[in-house]
Amino acid sequence: MYVVIVGAGKVGWNLARELIAKRHEITVIESDPVRFAVVEQELEHSAQYGDGSELWVLERAGIERADLVVAVTGDDEDNILISQVAREKYGVTRVVARCNNPRNLQHFELLGVKPAISATDLILRLIEHEVPKYGLVHLLDLPEERLEIIELEVAPGSDAAGRAVKELGLPDGSLVISVLRDGGGFVPTGESVVQAGDEVLLVLDVGLESSVTERFADRSSAPA
Amino acid sequence: MFVLIVGCGRVGSAIANSMLAEGHEVSVLDEDAEAIALLERGQPQGWEERGGRFTEGTALEIEALLAAGIDQADAFVASTDGDNTNLVIAQIAQRRFNVERVVVRVLDPARARWYAEQGLQTVCPTQTAIELLEAAVRGQIRFEGVSG
Repeated sequence: MYVVIVGAGKVGWNLARELIAKRHEITVIESDPVRFAVVEQELEHSAQYGDGSELWVLERAGIERADLVVAVTGDDEDNILISQVAREKYGVTRVVARCNNPRNLQHFELLGVKPAISATDLILRLIEHEVPKYGLVHLLDLPEERLEIIELEVAPGSDAAGRAVKELGLPDGSLVISVLRDGGGFVPTGESVVQAGDEVLLVLDVGLESSVTERFADRSSAPA
Repeated sequence: MFVLIVGCGRVGSAIANSMLAEGHEVSVLDEDAEAIALLERGQPQGWEERGGRFTEGTALEIEALLAAGIDQADAFVASTDGDNTNLVIAQIAQRRFNVERVVVRVLDPARARWYAEQGLQTVCPTQTAIELLEAAVRGQIRFEGVSG
Protein backbone atom coordinates (compact mmCIF):
# COMPACT_ATOMS: atom_id res chain seq x y z
CA MET A 1 0.00 0.00 0.00
CA TYR A 2 1.27 3.53 -0.79
CA VAL A 3 0.56 6.11 1.91
CA VAL A 4 1.16 9.86 1.73
CA ILE A 5 1.41 11.47 5.16
CA VAL A 6 1.25 15.26 5.39
CA GLY A 7 2.85 16.61 8.55
CA ALA A 8 5.85 15.03 10.27
CA GLY A 9 5.02 15.95 13.83
CA LYS A 10 4.81 13.28 16.49
CA VAL A 11 1.78 11.71 14.87
CA GLY A 12 3.03 11.78 11.30
CA TRP A 13 6.53 10.58 12.09
CA ASN A 14 5.39 7.69 14.24
CA LEU A 15 2.78 6.66 11.72
CA ALA A 16 5.51 6.65 9.09
CA ARG A 17 7.69 4.41 11.23
CA GLU A 18 4.87 2.00 11.95
CA LEU A 19 3.87 1.75 8.33
CA ILE A 20 7.45 1.29 7.13
CA ALA A 21 7.88 -1.48 9.72
CA LYS A 22 4.82 -3.12 8.17
CA ARG A 23 6.49 -2.85 4.77
CA HIS A 24 4.25 -0.19 3.29
CA GLU A 25 5.62 2.44 0.96
CA ILE A 26 5.25 5.91 2.41
CA THR A 27 6.08 9.55 1.78
CA VAL A 28 6.00 12.10 4.58
CA ILE A 29 5.71 15.78 3.67
CA GLU A 30 6.99 18.37 6.15
CA SER A 31 7.06 22.14 5.68
CA ASP A 32 9.27 23.14 8.61
CA PRO A 33 12.93 22.99 7.47
CA VAL A 34 14.32 22.20 10.93
CA ARG A 35 11.82 19.42 11.55
CA PHE A 36 12.33 18.11 8.03
CA ALA A 37 16.10 17.83 8.55
CA VAL A 38 15.55 15.71 11.66
CA VAL A 39 12.98 13.44 10.06
CA GLU A 40 14.94 13.05 6.83
CA GLN A 41 17.93 11.64 8.72
CA GLU A 42 15.85 8.64 9.65
CA LEU A 43 13.36 8.34 6.81
CA GLU A 44 15.75 9.43 4.03
CA HIS A 45 14.06 9.47 0.62
CA SER A 46 10.65 8.81 2.20
CA ALA A 47 10.63 12.37 3.54
CA GLN A 48 9.91 15.34 1.28
CA TYR A 49 10.24 19.00 2.11
CA GLY A 50 7.38 21.32 1.22
CA ASP A 51 3.98 22.74 2.05
CA GLY A 52 1.60 19.81 1.71
CA SER A 53 -1.31 22.06 0.91
CA GLU A 54 0.43 23.13 -2.31
CA LEU A 55 -0.90 20.99 -5.13
CA TRP A 56 2.47 20.58 -6.84
CA VAL A 57 4.00 19.30 -3.60
CA LEU A 58 1.25 16.69 -3.31
CA GLU A 59 1.73 15.77 -6.96
CA ARG A 60 5.49 15.44 -6.51
CA ALA A 61 4.80 13.06 -3.65
CA GLY A 62 2.71 10.93 -6.01
CA ILE A 63 -0.70 11.61 -4.49
CA GLU A 64 -2.36 10.34 -7.67
CA ARG A 65 -1.26 6.79 -6.94
CA ALA A 66 -1.76 6.94 -3.15
CA ASP A 67 -3.97 4.28 -1.59
CA LEU A 68 -4.27 6.35 1.56
CA VAL A 69 -3.65 9.99 2.42
CA VAL A 70 -3.19 10.97 6.05
CA ALA A 71 -3.44 14.71 6.86
CA VAL A 72 -1.91 15.22 10.29
CA THR A 73 -0.54 18.75 10.37
CA GLY A 74 -1.12 20.97 13.38
CA ASP A 75 -3.55 23.19 11.47
CA ASP A 76 -7.11 22.06 10.99
CA GLU A 77 -7.72 24.26 7.95
CA ASP A 78 -4.69 22.68 6.27
CA ASN A 79 -5.89 19.17 7.13
CA ILE A 80 -9.36 19.93 5.77
CA LEU A 81 -7.99 21.37 2.55
CA ILE A 82 -5.50 18.55 1.98
CA SER A 83 -8.20 15.95 2.57
CA GLN A 84 -10.63 17.71 0.30
CA VAL A 85 -8.24 17.96 -2.65
CA ALA A 86 -6.93 14.43 -2.06
CA ARG A 87 -10.41 13.02 -2.37
CA GLU A 88 -12.08 15.35 -4.83
CA LYS A 89 -9.22 16.38 -7.09
CA TYR A 90 -6.96 13.36 -7.01
CA GLY A 91 -9.56 10.65 -6.43
CA VAL A 92 -7.93 9.15 -3.34
CA THR A 93 -10.60 6.96 -1.80
CA ARG A 94 -9.12 6.57 1.67
CA VAL A 95 -8.36 9.76 3.52
CA VAL A 96 -7.76 10.11 7.23
CA ALA A 97 -7.55 13.58 8.78
CA ARG A 98 -6.48 14.76 12.17
CA CYS A 99 -8.74 17.24 13.89
CA ASN A 100 -6.62 19.22 16.35
CA ASN A 101 -9.44 21.23 17.88
CA PRO A 102 -12.57 19.13 18.47
CA ARG A 103 -14.67 22.23 17.93
CA ASN A 104 -13.57 22.15 14.29
CA LEU A 105 -14.95 18.66 13.77
CA GLN A 106 -18.17 20.18 12.39
CA HIS A 107 -16.17 21.83 9.58
CA PHE A 108 -14.56 18.54 8.62
CA GLU A 109 -18.01 16.96 8.46
CA LEU A 110 -19.54 19.86 6.54
CA LEU A 111 -16.86 19.57 3.86
CA GLY A 112 -17.11 15.81 3.64
CA VAL A 113 -13.78 15.05 5.30
CA LYS A 114 -14.42 11.74 7.01
CA PRO A 115 -13.06 10.19 9.07
CA ALA A 116 -11.62 13.07 11.06
CA ILE A 117 -10.04 12.00 14.31
CA SER A 118 -8.31 13.69 17.12
CA ALA A 119 -5.67 11.39 18.54
CA THR A 120 -2.76 9.26 17.48
CA ASP A 121 -4.19 6.02 18.77
CA LEU A 122 -7.40 6.54 16.88
CA ILE A 123 -5.50 7.07 13.64
CA LEU A 124 -3.55 3.92 14.25
CA ARG A 125 -6.74 1.98 14.82
CA LEU A 126 -8.20 3.23 11.58
CA ILE A 127 -5.11 2.26 9.67
CA GLU A 128 -5.25 -1.16 11.22
CA HIS A 129 -8.79 -1.35 9.98
CA GLU A 130 -7.69 -0.36 6.48
CA VAL A 131 -4.82 -2.81 6.47
CA PRO A 132 -6.03 -6.26 7.41
CA LYS A 133 -2.48 -7.63 6.93
CA TYR A 134 -1.56 -5.83 10.11
CA GLY A 135 -3.14 -8.86 11.77
CA LEU A 136 -5.82 -7.06 13.73
CA VAL A 137 -9.20 -5.84 12.55
CA HIS A 138 -11.74 -3.95 14.62
CA LEU A 139 -15.00 -5.59 13.72
CA LEU A 140 -17.20 -3.69 16.10
CA ASP A 141 -16.73 -0.94 18.66
CA LEU A 142 -19.38 -0.40 21.29
CA PRO A 143 -18.07 2.70 23.06
CA GLU A 144 -21.09 3.12 25.31
CA GLU A 145 -20.91 -0.45 26.47
CA ARG A 146 -17.11 -0.17 26.59
CA LEU A 147 -16.73 -3.35 24.57
CA GLU A 148 -15.08 -4.16 21.28
CA ILE A 149 -14.95 -7.17 19.01
CA ILE A 150 -11.68 -7.74 17.20
CA GLU A 151 -10.32 -10.26 14.75
CA LEU A 152 -6.74 -11.48 15.12
CA GLU A 153 -4.58 -13.76 13.07
CA VAL A 154 -2.71 -16.41 15.06
CA ALA A 155 0.92 -15.98 14.03
CA PRO A 156 3.28 -18.94 13.80
CA GLY A 157 5.64 -18.72 16.76
CA SER A 158 3.07 -16.89 18.90
CA ASP A 159 2.19 -17.88 22.46
CA ALA A 160 -1.28 -18.85 21.32
CA ALA A 161 -0.37 -21.19 18.45
CA GLY A 162 -0.96 -24.81 19.46
CA ARG A 163 -2.62 -23.99 22.78
CA ALA A 164 -6.09 -24.80 24.04
CA VAL A 165 -8.33 -21.77 24.54
CA LYS A 166 -8.36 -22.19 28.33
CA GLU A 167 -4.55 -22.13 28.33
CA LEU A 168 -4.20 -18.96 26.27
CA GLY A 169 -3.63 -16.84 29.37
CA LEU A 170 -6.01 -14.15 28.22
CA PRO A 171 -6.80 -11.39 30.70
CA ASP A 172 -10.15 -11.22 32.50
CA GLY A 173 -12.56 -9.23 30.38
CA SER A 174 -11.68 -10.98 27.14
CA LEU A 175 -13.29 -14.01 25.51
CA VAL A 176 -12.66 -16.00 22.35
CA ILE A 177 -16.03 -16.18 20.64
CA SER A 178 -15.14 -17.78 17.33
CA VAL A 179 -12.31 -19.48 15.47
CA LEU A 180 -12.14 -19.28 11.67
CA ARG A 181 -10.16 -22.00 9.93
CA ASP A 182 -10.03 -23.37 6.36
CA GLY A 183 -12.97 -21.30 5.19
CA GLY A 184 -15.19 -22.38 8.09
CA GLY A 185 -15.71 -21.29 11.64
CA PHE A 186 -16.72 -22.65 15.01
CA VAL A 187 -17.42 -21.48 18.52
CA PRO A 188 -14.64 -22.96 20.63
CA THR A 189 -14.82 -24.59 24.03
CA GLY A 190 -12.04 -24.26 26.57
CA GLU A 191 -10.53 -27.46 25.15
CA SER A 192 -10.39 -26.28 21.51
CA VAL A 193 -6.84 -25.89 20.27
CA VAL A 194 -5.91 -22.71 18.38
CA GLN A 195 -3.55 -23.20 15.44
CA ALA A 196 -1.18 -20.90 13.61
CA GLY A 197 -3.02 -19.32 10.68
CA ASP A 198 -6.41 -19.36 12.42
CA GLU A 199 -8.42 -16.14 12.59
CA VAL A 200 -9.76 -15.65 16.08
CA LEU A 201 -12.63 -13.38 17.04
CA LEU A 202 -12.60 -11.96 20.54
CA VAL A 203 -14.84 -9.73 22.57
CA LEU A 204 -12.91 -7.45 24.93
CA ASP A 205 -13.31 -4.74 27.47
CA VAL A 206 -11.90 -1.49 26.09
CA GLY A 207 -8.22 -1.16 26.91
CA LEU A 208 -7.26 -4.81 26.78
CA GLU A 209 -6.31 -4.81 23.13
CA SER A 210 -2.54 -4.69 23.47
CA SER A 211 -2.35 -7.32 26.19
CA VAL A 212 -4.52 -9.66 24.10
CA THR A 213 -2.81 -8.95 20.79
CA GLU A 214 0.64 -9.85 22.10
CA ARG A 215 -0.49 -13.41 22.84
CA PHE A 216 -1.23 -13.92 19.15
CA ALA A 217 1.80 -12.17 17.65
CA ASP A 218 5.06 -13.84 16.64
CA ARG A 219 7.32 -13.37 19.66
CA SER A 220 10.52 -13.47 17.62
CA SER A 221 9.50 -10.42 15.55
CA ALA A 222 7.69 -8.52 18.27
CA PRO A 223 8.83 -4.92 18.68
CA ALA A 224 10.94 -4.33 21.76
CA MET B 1 -26.59 44.87 1.67
CA PHE B 2 -24.88 43.34 4.69
CA VAL B 3 -21.23 42.54 3.99
CA LEU B 4 -19.11 40.37 6.28
CA ILE B 5 -15.37 40.62 5.78
CA VAL B 6 -13.12 38.10 7.52
CA GLY B 7 -9.46 39.11 7.68
CA CYS B 8 -8.72 42.79 8.17
CA GLY B 9 -5.41 43.38 6.46
CA ARG B 10 -4.68 45.76 3.61
CA VAL B 11 -7.26 44.09 1.38
CA GLY B 12 -10.02 43.46 3.89
CA SER B 13 -9.82 46.91 5.47
CA ALA B 14 -9.87 48.68 2.10
CA ILE B 15 -12.95 46.74 0.95
CA ALA B 16 -14.62 47.41 4.30
CA ASN B 17 -14.10 51.17 4.06
CA SER B 18 -15.31 51.31 0.45
CA MET B 19 -18.43 49.30 1.19
CA LEU B 20 -19.25 51.37 4.26
CA ALA B 21 -18.76 54.60 2.28
CA GLU B 22 -21.19 53.26 -0.32
CA GLY B 23 -23.81 52.95 2.37
CA HIS B 24 -23.72 49.20 3.03
CA GLU B 25 -23.82 47.58 6.42
CA VAL B 26 -20.31 46.24 7.05
CA SER B 27 -19.04 43.84 9.69
CA VAL B 28 -15.36 42.91 10.02
CA LEU B 29 -13.92 39.89 11.85
CA ASP B 30 -10.23 39.60 12.68
CA GLU B 31 -8.27 37.63 15.26
CA ASP B 32 -6.26 40.74 16.14
CA ALA B 33 -8.12 43.49 18.01
CA GLU B 34 -5.50 45.98 16.83
CA ALA B 35 -6.52 45.42 13.22
CA ILE B 36 -9.24 48.00 13.67
CA ALA B 37 -6.44 50.58 13.34
CA LEU B 38 -6.23 49.72 9.63
CA LEU B 39 -9.91 50.56 9.24
CA GLU B 40 -9.35 53.96 10.85
CA ARG B 41 -6.13 54.91 9.12
CA GLY B 42 -6.61 58.18 7.22
CA GLN B 43 -10.27 58.36 8.22
CA PRO B 44 -11.74 61.41 9.97
CA GLN B 45 -13.83 59.26 12.33
CA GLY B 46 -13.45 55.90 14.06
CA TRP B 47 -14.77 52.72 12.42
CA GLU B 48 -17.56 52.12 14.87
CA GLU B 49 -18.45 55.83 15.01
CA ARG B 50 -19.10 55.61 11.28
CA GLY B 51 -21.41 52.66 11.88
CA GLY B 52 -19.04 49.80 11.09
CA ARG B 53 -19.02 46.60 13.14
CA PHE B 54 -15.85 44.95 14.37
CA THR B 55 -15.55 41.56 16.07
CA GLU B 56 -12.38 40.07 17.46
CA GLY B 57 -12.26 36.33 16.90
CA THR B 58 -10.88 33.37 14.98
CA ALA B 59 -12.37 32.75 11.58
CA LEU B 60 -12.93 29.02 12.11
CA GLU B 61 -14.93 29.56 15.31
CA ILE B 62 -18.63 29.38 14.53
CA GLU B 63 -19.38 31.55 17.57
CA ALA B 64 -17.13 34.29 16.20
CA LEU B 65 -18.72 34.11 12.74
CA LEU B 66 -22.18 34.29 14.33
CA ALA B 67 -21.16 37.21 16.56
CA ALA B 68 -20.01 38.99 13.40
CA GLY B 69 -23.40 38.33 11.84
CA ILE B 70 -22.72 35.63 9.25
CA ASP B 71 -26.33 34.41 9.43
CA GLN B 72 -27.52 37.79 8.12
CA ALA B 73 -24.77 38.33 5.55
CA ASP B 74 -25.67 38.93 1.90
CA ALA B 75 -22.01 38.97 0.91
CA PHE B 76 -18.96 37.31 2.47
CA VAL B 77 -15.32 38.16 1.80
CA ALA B 78 -12.59 35.75 2.93
CA SER B 79 -9.42 37.84 3.06
CA THR B 80 -7.26 36.46 5.88
CA ASP B 81 -3.56 35.89 5.23
CA GLY B 82 -4.07 32.11 4.97
CA ASP B 83 -5.22 30.54 1.69
CA ASN B 84 -6.47 27.40 3.40
CA THR B 85 -8.32 29.36 6.07
CA ASN B 86 -9.98 31.45 3.36
CA LEU B 87 -11.00 28.40 1.35
CA VAL B 88 -12.45 26.63 4.38
CA ILE B 89 -14.40 29.61 5.75
CA ALA B 90 -15.70 30.52 2.30
CA GLN B 91 -17.15 27.02 1.99
CA ILE B 92 -18.64 27.31 5.48
CA ALA B 93 -20.30 30.59 4.46
CA GLN B 94 -21.59 29.04 1.27
CA ARG B 95 -22.71 25.62 2.45
CA ARG B 96 -23.67 26.13 6.06
CA PHE B 97 -24.96 29.68 6.10
CA ASN B 98 -26.10 29.87 2.47
CA VAL B 99 -24.56 33.30 1.98
CA GLU B 100 -25.56 34.37 -1.49
CA ARG B 101 -22.36 36.06 -2.59
CA VAL B 102 -19.09 34.58 -1.40
CA VAL B 103 -15.72 35.88 -2.58
CA VAL B 104 -12.41 34.39 -1.53
CA ARG B 105 -8.87 35.68 -1.88
CA VAL B 106 -6.35 32.91 -2.67
CA LEU B 107 -2.69 33.73 -3.28
CA ASP B 108 -1.72 30.35 -4.73
CA PRO B 109 -2.85 30.21 -8.39
CA ALA B 110 -3.14 26.41 -8.43
CA ARG B 111 -5.49 26.22 -5.46
CA ALA B 112 -7.39 29.28 -6.71
CA ARG B 113 -7.97 27.64 -10.09
CA TRP B 114 -9.14 24.32 -8.70
CA TYR B 115 -11.53 25.84 -6.17
CA ALA B 116 -12.86 28.20 -8.84
CA GLU B 117 -13.66 25.11 -10.91
CA GLN B 118 -15.56 23.76 -7.90
CA GLY B 119 -17.81 26.82 -7.90
CA LEU B 120 -16.11 29.25 -5.51
CA GLN B 121 -15.61 32.83 -6.65
CA THR B 122 -11.88 33.18 -6.16
CA VAL B 123 -9.63 36.17 -6.69
CA CYS B 124 -5.96 35.37 -7.13
CA PRO B 125 -3.75 38.48 -6.77
CA THR B 126 -0.70 36.44 -7.76
CA GLN B 127 -2.25 35.38 -11.05
CA THR B 128 -3.39 38.94 -11.73
CA ALA B 129 0.13 40.22 -11.05
CA ILE B 130 1.66 37.59 -13.34
CA GLU B 131 -0.65 38.50 -16.21
CA LEU B 132 -0.14 42.25 -15.84
CA LEU B 133 3.62 41.94 -15.49
CA GLU B 134 3.89 39.64 -18.50
CA ALA B 135 1.82 42.01 -20.60
CA ALA B 136 3.95 44.94 -19.47
CA VAL B 137 7.17 43.07 -20.28
CA ARG B 138 5.87 42.26 -23.76
CA GLY B 139 4.96 45.93 -24.21
CA GLN B 140 1.30 45.01 -24.75
CA ILE B 141 0.28 47.36 -21.98
CA ARG B 142 1.91 50.30 -20.33
CA PHE B 143 0.75 51.87 -17.12
CA GLU B 144 1.64 55.15 -15.52
CA GLY B 145 2.31 54.79 -11.81
CA VAL B 146 0.72 51.83 -10.05
CA SER B 147 -1.50 49.55 -12.13
CA GLY B 148 -5.15 49.25 -11.21
